[in-house]
Amino acid sequence: MHSKPITLKILDVASIILLLTSAYIAIFVAPTEKVMGDVQRVFYFHIGTAWVALVGFVFTAGLSVIYLITKDLKWDRIQVAAIEVSLVFFLITIILGSIWARPAWNTWWTWDPRLTTAAITELIYIAYFMLRQGIDDPDRRARFGAVYALIGGLSAPITFFAIRLFRTIHPVVIAGSNSEAEGAFSMTPDMLSAFFFALFAFTVIFIDLFWNRIRLENLRDEVEQLKMKVTM
Amino acid sequence: MAKKQIIPRQQNSGSFTKAISAIVWKDLRAEFRSYELISSMLVFSLLVILIFNFALELDIKTRQSVTAGVLWATFAFAGTLGLNRSMAIEKDRGCLDGLLLAPVDRSAIYFGKFISNLTFMLIVEAIVLPVYSILYNTNLFQPGLLMVILLGSIGYTAIGTLLAAMSVQTRTRDVLLPILLFPVAFAVLLAAVKASGGFLDGSGFAEIAFPINLLIAYDIIFISVSFMAFDNIVEE
Repeated sequence: MHSKPITLKILDVASIILLLTSAYIAIFVAPTEKVMGDVQRVFYFHIGTAWVALVGFVFTAGLSVIYLITKDLKWDRIQVAAIEVSLVFFLITIILGSIWARPAWNTWWTWDPRLTTAAITELIYIAYFMLRQGIDDPDRRARFGAVYALIGGLSAPITFFAIRLFRTIHPVVIAGSNSEAEGAFSMTPDMLSAFFFALFAFTVIFIDLFWNRIRLENLRDEVEQLKMKVTM
Repeated sequence: MAKKQIIPRQQNSGSFTKAISAIVWKDLRAEFRSYELISSMLVFSLLVILIFNFALELDIKTRQSVTAGVLWATFAFAGTLGLNRSMAIEKDRGCLDGLLLAPVDRSAIYFGKFISNLTFMLIVEAIVLPVYSILYNTNLFQPGLLMVILLGSIGYTAIGTLLAAMSVQTRTRDVLLPILLFPVAFAVLLAAVKASGGFLDGSGFAEIAFPINLLIAYDIIFISVSFMAFDNIVEE
């Protein structure tokens, strides 16, 4: 029997508390933005999830390199966990952005470079899982997955910088200004603290989910091996 | 000792280019006996253009704005067809195993396949371009545009060859290649469409310079990544 490690249990509880606190701060503590009103509050979670997802994607590219050098399946399991969690977070980012865009841009979706590259990034990692599904041999699956994630990881940073290279209407709130952005605003100190708290909260939540997912993958692996033993 | 180490290396670099040219030669020879690949890519491209013609109603006004997009969509679709087939041939008849058994560097196989795939794609493009020019009465033979097409095709086939080698070894095979390739090659296609559109509109070089730089950067990134990763794809 493998019981859950105590640190992970603490982290579980901490993430729930942080999520609730972050939501509370975003909704009740942070000041209402003058032009957009309450819908701007979605921003804290939008950036929080985007931040962890993009860091996760870049991180997986590093894991690819480690796996390809060591050929240890442990790294493959970590990579699957990281990509799966990042994929979900990035989907949440896109959905939250859409909710914000409806009142701010008067449309759910627009083919803006930033949005397009976000959709493409999401598709790359969906393709990653389709690739894995098509391969039975675990070693080959890990190798192909690592190579594909490495290629995909080269595209995630571009998503982040696309906003600075192409003309876009997506606002740049952090470090930079975009004169064509629609729905841009500058943050007051209260907003900043809510923003950084959201970043912190989602980082912890990400680590928690990531850890749980790695554990699940390890347990699954163990079950698989036990099954093999029984049949033999 | 030192001399001994240097001599095999020199031979290696000679045999590396030899191995590449042998693979390219093999592919071209097989192709020019059957015309299987080029003919299917070519007919397919013409059909795609035909479909676009009805789907977008390419009158003179729309034509100006969508020509670059139509061209690249056509090249991309035809490209996957060729990449799939060229790798499937190797896999089906066990040729890939034979190639892997050959005492050459694995990356020579990659470069060989890459160059032959690129050649097929360029041949198809060389036929599609004049046909498109005649059908739609637009002059596509501008040196700038041809350069963009070359750069775009290099990036697309560089990463396409690697991914095709991957997808033929999976259960879903042909279906998987476009799913893997399009999102990754998106940046190349985007830059290529932007640059081609710029040349067709006759906009200034300042506007075109950025997508062209992006194209060159992607060509280098994709070739080097594929070069390094190919070993892991064909390893058994």
